Amino acid sequence: MNKAWTPPILALGIGLVLSPMASADPPGSRLWGTGGVNSIEGSAGGGLSPWATLAGYASDEEWGGTVALSRANTQDYTLNVQGAAFNWRNRIELSFARQELTLDTLAFTPTLQPFGESDLTQDVFGVKARLAGDLIYSPYGQWSLGAQHKRHRVSEIPAAVGAEDDTGTDVYLSGSKLFLAGPFDRNLVVNGTLRATRANQGGLLGFGGDQRDSHELVAEASAGLFLRRDWLIGGEYRQKPDNLGFAGEDDWWDLYVAWIPDRRLTVTAAYVNLGDIAGLASQDGAYLSVEGSF
Amino acid sequence: MMPVHRHTLLVLLLSVFTLMPAHAEEPSSELYQALGERSGIETIVKELLGRIADDERIASQFKGIDVRRFHRNLSDQLCQLSGGPCSYSGNDMRSVHAGMGVSDTQFNALAEQLVRAMEEEGMPTWAQNRLLERLVPLHEDIVDVPAEAAPTR
Ligand code: HEM
Repeated sequence: MNKAWTPPILALGIGLVLSPMASADPPGSRLWGTGGVNSIEGSAGGGLSPWATLAGYASDEEWGGTVALSRANTQDYTLNVQGAAFNWRNRIELSFARQELTLDTLAFTPTLQPFGESDLTQDVFGVKARLAGDLIYSPYGQWSLGAQHKRHRVSEIPAAVGAEDDTGTDVYLSGSKLFLAGPFDRNLVVNGTLRATRANQGGLLGFGGDQRDSHELVAEASAGLFLRRDWLIGGEYRQKPDNLGFAGEDDWWDLYVAWIPDRRLTVTAAYVNLGDIAGLASQDGAYLSVEGSF
Repeated sequence: MMPVHRHTLLVLLLSVFTLMPAHAEEPSSELYQALGERSGIETIVKELLGRIADDERIASQFKGIDVRRFHRNLSDQLCQLSGGPCSYSGNDMRSVHAGMGVSDTQFNALAEQLVRAMEEEGMPTWAQNRLLERLVPLHEDIVDVPAEAAPTR
């Protein structure tokens, strides 16, 4: 058993999602799928990169949120994420994600030795504020500013791989716009994010390194097409810094399909390509996420 | 200065490019046909009225309105917006909704009920999307319009 505990907020969220299942009340008034999903860092968006929209379905007179369980499996790693996000009046989002990375294969890389001895667990505390606009109703879309504060719970890995710190904070600006009746008369959602970060592999390998120890500006972009209001397909691209000398870091990308049978439930499956991670080459594989909205 | 990642500018340019509208508006009655012409639209509006009455987010706003007038005028408006041979003769959107304090929550609720009504009547996804696309510009004349608002342009 690892020492994963279900954060109380997650338990509370699951309770909130399940309890009114029978009632006809929707979890909020924004249109289907417009909150994206819980990303691996907790903030609402795609799987890998945030959107400017806030979690769940709360509109200007409502509050709500999401809870999600996600998992990515590559050749050598498994990442499990428990995430939750809270949305107040479609203005402020608070989020939390606990990421647990495990090394599945026996790798004889001295730097990765600590993987065998301790869990790699990172917590991400997020905040996102809608600055201006609306995803659908504003011609220039919606713009939000966010921050993600990341901290390791056990700090052996960052030190072992030569990272400067086991905590760090990303700051990002996101713009999102949904074009009704876009290509093939389907609704198209596009997102762009600029992120200032010094996280290695999203922070899983710590922050800063021998190559560089300062924040760097990276870009992320994604697009999704609603085939119907309950099916969304798309892809994401996320640039990454390359701070550590012992192993190169690659950009991330994915192709996803999300199913939204009901405003309360979103299931996302994806092919993710994470490139080289900590010296283990070409990590790609499957991503699956189940999210409830309340 | 913060260093900028190698391809940042490229990705930025690409996202700006994808942010541009995918196609220009072409007026046609294709949408009007897909909605089932005037009678199809009237059915959708009738369905919508029932849904409004049952939706506690918005029902209170519609208490005591002249339902027949609303039905006729909204049907005319959707008919005209979808490229059909109708002309809307109601009041302009801004003065109609001025002072009602319509919230985004309520606008979204009405949009949701319209989508559900169209689904109920078997409208294809593309037609639903296009009708919504034509309604979106009205948002600014409907939501949070102060009581003393001047008429639309
Ligand atoms: C896409 C959104 C909307 C469209 C296209 C629309 C359209 C219309 C039209 C055509 C009329 C009739 C005007 C007339 O008879 O002169 C009307 C009236 C009205 N609308 Fe809207 N509307 C929208 C959203 C809303 C929302 C969100 C609310 C409030 C929740 C609302 C509340 C009303 C009310 C109460 C009336 C009746 C006014 C009266 O007869 O005194 N509308 N609307």
